[in-house]
Amino acid sequence: MPQKANRRGGPKKDGLLTAAPFLLPSLLGLLVFSLLPLLVSALISFTDWNGLDQLLAPGFLQEHFIGLENYKNILSGAELWKVLGNTGAYIIMYIPLMLAASLLEAYLLSSTRRGVSAFRVVYYLPVLTSWVAASLIWTSVLSPQYGAMNNLLALFGIQGPGWLLDEKWAMAAIVLVSVWKDAGFFGLILLSGMVGINKSYYEAASLDGAGTWKKFWRITVPLMSPAIFYVLIVALINAFQLFPQVMIMTDGGPNSATQVMVERIYRYGFRYFRMGYAAAFSWILFVIIMACTAIQMKAQKRWVNYDA
Amino acid sequence: MTLKKRLGTTGYYVVSTVIAVVSMFPFLWMISTSLKSQGAIMSIPIQWIPQEPSGDAYVEVFTKFNFLRTVGNSLFISVSYTVITLLSSAMAAFAFAKVGFCGNDLLLKLYLATMMIPTQVTMIPLFVIMNKLSLINNFGSVILPSIFKPFAVFMLVQQMRAIPEDYLDAARIDGAGIFQVFRKIALPMCLPTLSTLAVTTFMESWNDYLWPLLMLTQREKMTLPIALSTLQGTYNPQYNVLMAGSLVSMVPIIIIYIMAQRNFKNGMMAGGIKG
Repeated sequence: MPQKANRRGGPKKDGLLTAAPFLLPSLLGLLVFSLLPLLVSALISFTDWNGLDQLLAPGFLQEHFIGLENYKNILSGAELWKVLGNTGAYIIMYIPLMLAASLLEAYLLSSTRRGVSAFRVVYYLPVLTSWVAASLIWTSVLSPQYGAMNNLLALFGIQGPGWLLDEKWAMAAIVLVSVWKDAGFFGLILLSGMVGINKSYYEAASLDGAGTWKKFWRITVPLMSPAIFYVLIVALINAFQLFPQVMIMTDGGPNSATQVMVERIYRYGFRYFRMGYAAAFSWILFVIIMACTAIQMKAQKRWVNYDA
Repeated sequence: MTLKKRLGTTGYYVVSTVIAVVSMFPFLWMISTSLKSQGAIMSIPIQWIPQEPSGDAYVEVFTKFNFLRTVGNSLFISVSYTVITLLSSAMAAFAFAKVGFCGNDLLLKLYLATMMIPTQVTMIPLFVIMNKLSLINNFGSVILPSIFKPFAVFMLVQQMRAIPEDYLDAARIDGAGIFQVFRKIALPMCLPTLSTLAVTTFMESWNDYLWPLLMLTQREKMTLPIALSTLQGTYNPQYNVLMAGSLVSMVPIIIIYIMAQRNFKNGMMAGGIKG
C-alpha cells in the first residue's frame, strides 16, 4: 500500500494515493472557496441579478442574463474613470511616500547601535493596530477644528485644511494614515533584504572613499532591489484594494473624492444589491491588477538585480 | 570616537527619534482624547493633556459592547483560522514536496495562480455559498476559508523541499508510516516557516475587516474591528468614546505580540538544527 522509499533526487511521481489524504482538505478549499466562486462570479457578472431571486434556479438565466451589458455600462460611464482617477491619485502619493518611509525605517533598524530594538517595537506598533482603529484614531487627529494635526500646524502659524471634509485633501489624508500604518510592515521586509548584503562591499567602497549617502544609493539599494520589487508589487496590489480606511474615514466622500474600486463593489453588491453590476466591477478590478502586475514583472528586468 | 562618527551617531538618534515620535503621536493623542469628557474634546484652545481626566468614555465603551465576549470571538476565530491554515497548508505542502504525484507541478502552478485573484471577485458567490450553508452569523463562515491558503502552501513547499530525503528514508526504514513521517519529521523541520506563518496569519485574521463585516452582523458574534466600527455614529462623533474603544481594542494584540515574540525566537532557534 504505502510508497516504498523514494529515490534520491526527489519524490516519486506516482504517489497519488499516498498524497490524497494530505491534499484533500486544501484541494476541497481550492474548489469551494476559489475555483467555484470564480466561475459563479464570472457568470453573475453577465446578469442583472439582484441578490433576491434564487441564484441559478431553473429559468434563472432566461430571466437575468444580460450579456455584456454590465461591462458596457461600467466602461462607458463616468464613474469608473472617476474611481480610477481617485485610485491613481492615491497611488501617486502613497507609493513614493511609503517606499521612502519604509526604506528609511529599514536603514535605521539595520544599525547595530544601542536602542534599535526599542525603535523596532515603536515602528511596528502601527502595523499591529487594526485598520479600523487606525482609521478612527486618524479621523480624530485630522478633525479640522479640534484635532491634533491642525492645532499642531497652528503652532507654526499654518492654517490646516479641512482634511477629510475637503474634497481636495481627503485622499491625501487617507494616504497619510496608510503610509503611517504600512511603513513599519514594508520596512521589516526591506530590512530582511538589507541585512543580507555582504559587508565586504561596504568596506571596499569605504576604501574607495565613498560616503554614507553614496554607499546607500550605489550598494544598498541595488543589492536589495529584489526586496524593493516585492514591496512594490504587494503595495500596488494593496493600493487597488484600498477599502477599510475609506469606509471608516470618508465613506467615499466628500463629493465622491475618495470613491475607490472595492468601495464601489461593496456599495453596489451589499448596499444596492446590484450583484451583477458589482461582480462585473470586481472583474474589471481583477484585470487591472493583473495588467499592472504583468507590467511590473516586465519592467523588473531593467532594474532588479538578482546576482547579489 | 572621531567627530565625524559622533555626528553620525547623533544624526542617527535624531532621525530615529523623529520617526518614533511620528509613529507614536497618534497613539498619544488617542490616549489623551480617551481621557477627556464630552465637553473637553470640544474646548478651544484644545487640551493636549486633559485638564480633568475622566473615565466616562471607557465606561461608555464597556456598556456599548461586551468587550470580553468580543475579544473571545476574535480570539476563537483567529486561533482556529491560524491552526487550520497551518495544518491544511502543511499537509498539502507535504504532498507536493515529499510525496509527489502525477501533475503535482501543474497543480502547484494552479495554486500560485489563484493568489492573483482579488478576494472581491469571489466575495459575492462566497456570500451566496455561506448563505446556502446557513453560516451567516456563524464563526464557520469566517474560519472555513482558511483551509485554502496558497501563499502558506507555497512557503511550506519551499521549506519542505529543503528537507533531505535521507531523513525521511531513515524514518521509513525504522518502520514509520507516511503520517508519522509527516508528523515526526516534516512538521518539526518546518517550524521556522510555520512560526512565521502563524504570526502573519493570526494578524491577518485578527485585523480582517471586509469579510467579517459581511458575515457577522449580530452584535454578539462580532469580532473586535467590526464591533469597534459600530461605535462610530453618523453624526457628531464622540471622539473620546472612539479613542477609548480603539485603545481597548489594541490591548489584546499587543499582549499577544509580546508573547509571540518569545515564541518567534524559539521558532528561529529550533530552525537552527535544519540540515
